[in-house]
Parts: sequence; C-alpha cells; structure tokens
Amino acid sequence: MRIARYIQTNIRKLFLFSLALFFLMPAVLVLSGTVISRLELEQCLAPLSTGAEEFITWKFFPRYPTFEHYARVLFCTPQFFVVFWNSIKIAALVLAGQLLLAVPAAWAFAVYRFRFRKVLFTLYVVLMLMPFQVTMLSNYLVLNGLHLINTHAAIILPAVFSTFPVFLTYRGFCALPESIIDAARVDGAGEWTIFRRIGLPLASNGILSAMVLGFLEYWNLMEQPLAFLEDKSLWPLSLYLPEISLDQAGYSFVASVITLIPPAFVFLIGQEYLERGIAASALKE
Amino acid sequence: MRATKKRQRIFGSRNAWIWFLLPSGIGVLIFVCLPFLDVVRRSFLTVVIQEWAGIRNYQLIFENQAFLLAVKNTLRFTAVCLPILIGLGLFLAVQLSRLQKIQFLKSCFLFPMAMPAAAIVLVWRMVFSKQGFLNLLLNSLGLIPESGPVDYMGTKAAFWVLVFSYVWKNLGYTIVLWLAGIFSIPSDILDAARVDGASERQCFWRVVFPNLKGTLYTITVLSFLNSFKVFREAYLVAGSYPHESMYLLQHLFNNWFVNLELDKMAAAAVCVGTVLFLFILLLQKLWD
Repeated sequence: MRIARYIQTNIRKLFLFSLALFFLMPAVLVLSGTVISRLELEQCLAPLSTGAEEFITWKFFPRYPTFEHYARVLFCTPQFFVVFWNSIKIAALVLAGQLLLAVPAAWAFAVYRFRFRKVLFTLYVVLMLMPFQVTMLSNYLVLNGLHLINTHAAIILPAVFSTFPVFLTYRGFCALPESIIDAARVDGAGEWTIFRRIGLPLASNGILSAMVLGFLEYWNLMEQPLAFLEDKSLWPLSLYLPEISLDQAGYSFVASVITLIPPAFVFLIGQEYLERGIAASALKE
Repeated sequence: MRATKKRQRIFGSRNAWIWFLLPSGIGVLIFVCLPFLDVVRRSFLTVVIQEWAGIRNYQLIFENQAFLLAVKNTLRFTAVCLPILIGLGLFLAVQLSRLQKIQFLKSCFLFPMAMPAAAIVLVWRMVFSKQGFLNLLLNSLGLIPESGPVDYMGTKAAFWVLVFSYVWKNLGYTIVLWLAGIFSIPSDILDAARVDGASERQCFWRVVFPNLKGTLYTITVLSFLNSFKVFREAYLVAGSYPHESMYLLQHLFNNWFVNLELDKMAAAAVCVGTVLFLFILLLQKLWD
C-alpha cells in the first residue's frame, strides 16, 4: 500500500515536471537562439525561407557561441532604444495613472454605502470584462475628438481608466472590519486621514497584484497601438518585434530576450502578488 | 449643538465617497460610457452623411459573409478552447494540490503569461511551419502522412495552432484559480469524508467539486474574455487576413476599422457587447 502510494506520487511528479519543462521550452529556444552565429542560424533556418523540402535544425549548444547579436542590438541599432523606451513609458504612465485613480475608487466602493452603489459596481465589473473590440470604436471617437490619435496619450488615457485595478484593490479593502473605521471616526479622524492611514497600508497587496498583472498586460499591449498609432517611431516593442524579418533571426531573438527581461523580472519578484491577484480576480467568493 | 455637529460629521462622512470615486468615475464616463452611447446612436445612422438608417446596419452585418464567418469561428474557438482549458486546468490543479512543494511547478506553468506575444511568434513559426520542429518530430517517429508534411499555419490546422497557443498561455492562470478554490475548502470536511471511508475519487466528485462552483464561474468568464486576446498571436503569425479557419471577430473589427467602415463596426460592437453582457448575467444567474 505504501509502496503503491510512493510510486503514484513519483509518477505524478515526473508527469508534472516534464509538462512544466515543456511549458518553458519556447523561452529556452529563444534564449539559445541568441548565441548562435549569423551563419549557423542561416543554415539552421534556411528551409523556412527557401521553402525547401528538408526540415530546420537546431543547436541548443552552438559550436561557436557568439554575442554578436547582443552587440548589434545594444550598440548599432538606436531605433531599438526608442521603441524600448516607448514601451517603458506607456507601461509606467498607465500603471501610475491607474494607481492614482483606482485606489480611491475602490475605497469608495468598499467603505461607503450609497445609492446606486451596486449598479455602479456592476457597471465597473462589466466594463472590466468587455474585450477591446467592443470598446474600440468608442475609444476611437473620443480620442479623435480630443485630437489624440497617433500620440502615446491615445494608448495611455483609456488604459488609465480601466476598471480592473479598481476591482482588484476593492477585494483588499473589503477585508477591513467596519468597526475599525467607525472607531477612527469617533476618534475624530477625517475621511481622508482614514483612507491614508488605515486604507492605504491595507491595500498594498491588492495594489501590488494589480500592478504586476497590469505590467504584464500593458507590456504586451498590441490591439490599441495597432489601431491608434500610425507613426512607427511611437510603436512599443510588441509591435516592433514582429517587423524584424527572418533573415535577421539572431537580432530578433536578442530583441525578444530583451523584451522578455522586464516581465520576467516582474514575474520573479512579484509572483506571490501575481497569484494573489489572480485568485482575487475571482468574481465572487 | 453637539447633536448638530454629530449629524454634520455623519453627513460629511456619508458623502465623502463622491470625492474618492469622482476622478475614476469621470474618466469612465468620458472615455467609455458616453462614447459607447454615441456608438449605439451611430449604429442607427449611415456613415457618411449621418442620416437615419433604422436597422439597416444590423441587417447589413447579418448578411455580411465575413461577419458570419467570424462569428462562427469565434464561437467554435470558444467552444473548443474553454472545455480544454478548464478541464486540463482542473486536472493539473488537483494533481498539484496533492504534492508538497509546488511553487516551482506553478512558476513554470505561469511563465507563458510573462512571455510577450511578439517573442513567441518566431518560435511558433519554427515549430508549426512545413519544415518545422513538429514535422521533424513526426518524421523521426515515422508519422508523416503520404501526402508529405503539413504546413500547420496555412491550412485548417491553423485553428488548432491557435487553440494550442491559447491553452499554453492561459493554463497557468487557470491552475492558480483552481488551486485557490481547492485550498479554500475547509480541510475538516474532507477529513470527515475520509473517516467515513470515502475513496479519493469519491472525495473529489462528492466533496471538492461541488464546492468549486464559484471558481468555475470565475474561470469561465475570465477565460472567455482572455480568449479575445488570442488575436495577438493570430495577427502576428498570420496577419490581417489569416487562413479562413481562424478568421476571428477580432480580425474583422480590425479590418473594418482600417477601412473606416464605422457604421458596421458600431452595429457589430453593440451586438457583441449586448451578447457578452447577457452571457455574463446568465452565468451569474446560473451560479446563484
């Protein structure tokens, strides 16, 4: 009985670990592609561009590992930095704006009881669940009216008013017992002080998970810049990368790895908050 | 005097929510609600001179071949992906919940979420094209069909590449949601069932599963909405006009936008928005 159980556990482990490795494979493939020399890459990927009948090959450990592609991206392509900076700017401004607006809004929903609170909150949840395609035209009408098309503001402003972070931080505030707030009021604390002193420290979990989820989302943003940015110098990385042609595969791999670094970093330090955020996105208990 | 002051304070505190909600509320009103009403208005007008068109635009989109194809594909995609994703996620979450240290495994499954769509496109091309790794593998196993290797991107198989890509990206998210649901079940219920002699399987179907209804609701809604983001991979791999098996609503909206066919877009946005709204409400009712 015990042995059977032991074997079962190990089979389970083996299965899960191999599946997990399979999930990491694309990242490994990209990473190994960055150190293969241009010539070798051309040989490996030749069937893709010539359409020959043979298969492509791959070397996870190339014969002559090289950093030429890294050097090229870092020293010879200034436009890469422009694009990288665009991505950083969009993600950072969106997250900062969301933080400023969403946290007080979540506080209002969690702590106060007012007329239409339920209706408004349902509206917020429904809006958070609407895909971009449904709001695309309405976004366009506003942005066009404000003459913001083809500027970064066209991407940043609508994203700042996303209701998803409101929902995530709301969850954190709901755990706060009402008696604490009442006690603070009796002690003469103003509403703003209560929010700053009691609310904000409690919200940090929800805020962090909203930031982690938000960063992963806005770093990969594609639909909005595709629709609202014409000028290629304004593009974020997510649109620039696919433009690189196959004969520059090495360059493309390095650019991919550099694109991957910020989200991977956020992912590693923020995984705990990411998981909490995902679990908190549960629509009801 | 004291009474009025108290009343004032309560009155003040009752209305403080306005100041907290106002900045966000105004933004939502200006950027989402009002323009959406404008879209509803426009869906009844002609595009150029803005004349009243009645339900003409709605008739137009329902006669439009591209729209019907896109709706069909989107529904098919959802009908195929959701059961796979939800089922596989639950299976893996249950397996994970029986192990001790699962942090590393969870990280691996979540990692695709951090992987930008743009970085993955080259990999998919290397794997799924005619000369790619998948065919290389099949070839070494002797499984290549007589007619020669398949180009998974340019044929009907493109649909399944998209399904795979979606499951790969969202499985980690689903697993974490399921795990949160599983761990929130009080362990004494399970212990009681075990003491009463229930097998592992009985424990799962009779005790764990019925307690996961709320989680199932969440996962269904979120997976459905995340399924719209599969456009990123689809667009990057195959462009604006991919193989017709994966021409989705997202492609259609994008193409209408590019061609400035705003009247059709308005009507379609109203239709899709309404359907989604009803879908969310219906699911919520079902799970109450």
